[in-house]
Amino acid sequence: MSRLLRALLAAVLLVLGRRRRRAPASSSPDDAPPSEVAVTLERELRSTPRAELLVAAFLLLAGACGVAFVVVYMTLGAHHATPWLGLAIGLAFACLAVALIVAGKRVVPQEVAVEERAELARPQEAREVAAELRGAADGISRRRLLAGAAGVAGAGIGVALVAPAASLGPNVSQRIDATPWQAGRRVVDEHGAPILADDVVGGTFLTGFPEGASRRDVAAPIVIVRLAPAALHLPTGRDPARWAPEGILAYSKICTHAGCPIALYRTPLYPATQPRPALVCPCHYSTFDPARGAERIFGPAGRPLPQLPLAIDPATRELRANGGYSGSIGPAWLNVERGGA
Amino acid sequence: MTPEPGEPTIDWVDERLGASPGIRRLLRYVFPEHWTFMFGEIALYAFVVLIGTGVFLALFFQTSTAETTYLGAYAPLHGETMSLAYESTLNLSLNVPAGLLMRQTHHWAALIFIAAIVVHLMRVFFTAAFRKPRDVNWVIGLTMLVLALLEGFAGYSMPDDLLSGMGLAIAYSVAMSIPLVGANLAFLVWGGEFPGSNDFVSRLFIAHVFVIPALLGLLIAAHLAIIMRQHHSQFRGPGRTERNVVGAPMWPGYALRSLGLLAAVAAVLFLLGGLVQINPIWQWGPYEVYNGTNGAQPDWYLGWLIGALRMMPPWEIHFWGDTWVPNPFFGGVLFPGIVFAILYAIPWLDRRFTRDRRRHDLLERPRDNPTRTALGVALFTWVAFVFGAGATDRVLIRFGFPYESQIQFARVATFLVPLIAFFVARKVCRDLQRSEAHPLRGWSGRRLRRTPDGGFEPVEPDEERTLAGEPPAGGPTV
Repeated sequence: MSRLLRALLAAVLLVLGRRRRRAPASSSPDDAPPSEVAVTLERELRSTPRAELLVAAFLLLAGACGVAFVVVYMTLGAHHATPWLGLAIGLAFACLAVALIVAGKRVVPQEVAVEERAELARPQEAREVAAELRGAADGISRRRLLAGAAGVAGAGIGVALVAPAASLGPNVSQRIDATPWQAGRRVVDEHGAPILADDVVGGTFLTGFPEGASRRDVAAPIVIVRLAPAALHLPTGRDPARWAPEGILAYSKICTHAGCPIALYRTPLYPATQPRPALVCPCHYSTFDPARGAERIFGPAGRPLPQLPLAIDPATRELRANGGYSGSIGPAWLNVERGGA
Repeated sequence: MTPEPGEPTIDWVDERLGASPGIRRLLRYVFPEHWTFMFGEIALYAFVVLIGTGVFLALFFQTSTAETTYLGAYAPLHGETMSLAYESTLNLSLNVPAGLLMRQTHHWAALIFIAAIVVHLMRVFFTAAFRKPRDVNWVIGLTMLVLALLEGFAGYSMPDDLLSGMGLAIAYSVAMSIPLVGANLAFLVWGGEFPGSNDFVSRLFIAHVFVIPALLGLLIAAHLAIIMRQHHSQFRGPGRTERNVVGAPMWPGYALRSLGLLAAVAAVLFLLGGLVQINPIWQWGPYEVYNGTNGAQPDWYLGWLIGALRMMPPWEIHFWGDTWVPNPFFGGVLFPGIVFAILYAIPWLDRRFTRDRRRHDLLERPRDNPTRTALGVALFTWVAFVFGAGATDRVLIRFGFPYESQIQFARVATFLVPLIAFFVARKVCRDLQRSEAHPLRGWSGRRLRRTPDGGFEPVEPDEERTLAGEPPAGGPTV
């Protein structure tokens, strides 16, 4: 707080200091600046006809490149013009740069000058400013009351001005855990066609959606993989008949770390270091084991991917949801439903 | 009597504004030139290019996530469903004459703008230019860096292509991860759950083209006004003291050279924009929450955050079944928070440890304060190392080096590497202090003379002194 006051004071002083210097009589000899402007130490006239010619040549070239830009712009279509446009305008500026720098170094007079620095701190005047500011309170008896009331006014108006920011977004509430998946909802692919149990083969994954749901809903997309039923070690309480019929498993496609889609499936395997199939997020490489309820086996994610129970329609072999997710989908927040694995 | 050319104009201004004394002082403003002083100017000029190209782009961009079916010039995307934001960016890139040049130049300028700010910041740190009275400009400069990072990310996110969507998903998760208030904060910014309401792209747009640039413009004005008031700092040199400033006056030589630098920056940016492809969004495709790609990297200035998010062990803090600190908080909020807190505190930390409260206008060389320099080297090395860890996926894809091993190595090395950097930097500074050699140009050999009978003999020290002023000639010296 005192730092803020000091900064304010500095700003006031800065303004006053400037004005003060222009007033002729008021400054005492010792704080008067020794010289108004810089004093020349050396001045060299070094222009040569050759340098002048060079500058003129590059200025002309810059102009020519500028014209070339316009010609390219008017003749070539948007499709092919980009490199030529860039070349023309780039070279125009490059020529201008050469001309200006040569002119600045070889044509105009070269000068070394010395300027005295203004004294910034003026303790005497700072005291006067402080006294001036304090003078506002002269003759006022109820300072505390007024300061307190001003504080209340400031706080009240401040709160009133900030409050409309709450209109920017809804409250978190239950919406975040709303999911379009319910028991019986058909699983469809990107184009809306139903996914059959036999479409899900080992060694790759499919992306599924609840039929009729919005594609912009992060709770919608799931990854579907097939593993050998013998290889499954689902968390206790997840009956394979409901959670992995015929070894088919579905998990939310949205990584529980930072919300990227799980776009990688680690298979085929390299048994030496990567002995198990894994679902991997390409953003920060959180790695999940689909055989174990998508428990995290590497990377920064703090919880497993939520699993979606499945059913296979006995007549059509279509995949259907057999309930909701085992936990909240997407990145974590305070009341996230962690779901066990 | 006919007036000299230009005089009527000056009279016109003077009669109305009384500006002649001010203009005269401005023309005579002294710049103590040094090549390291140019980085700030490069940033300023890149900002000029950003404004110019950005205004052009804003005339074509549509701030809408309304869906449309693409039927434009780029055949591979025909029939794709996409947002109007993405379609308008495709159109301004592929259909608008000079549109792609402007978009690519804008993107390159953003990368170089932030790079120049960072290098300028390092220059200011290592020459101790952040000390009083320039501590106030240090704080303003850092604030501009923060704003520039936000500005760059907002721009990168607007086209609604696959990569910008993935970046926003991460940003949303990082916002969600802020303890207690995160989810509500994210909902306010995005207007609801990710990918956000239809208002979100308008919010990005107004932040990117108005709010942040306006703040940057104000801070640039303040930064420059304060420099003009305090005058530039300068390195030690003949005739240079704490009380004066020696160098070239603004007019005419310096002004021409600096305008030359503006033209050079524009030249490089337009050449890059025309000849070197950047962010070809038509190849990424539109963003869908369920689509991702492997090996994608953000703009360079976010690499340090990606690295931190990747390196972080899977820690979260839970109480009573609630997730108080979700994992992305550590890499996405805490890490940059620590780095910027240290950077903001530097003038005060320095004052505390050096017990030096005086005003300083002469710069130090990095070697003049080995401990400060070494601490700075350690800090920047730490950030650079974490930045490097953000490229682990590229190392995996390019060289096949196992990703998991790289991360496990990085988790340990992130503590060791800054430590090593600290000791190496301090030793180098002390050696340089002792030898007074220039790190790049120093002459440390011994001079030999060819004797008439074909042998060599060392040149005596007093003879050497007379030679030292000359460049070592070929032939008799080695």
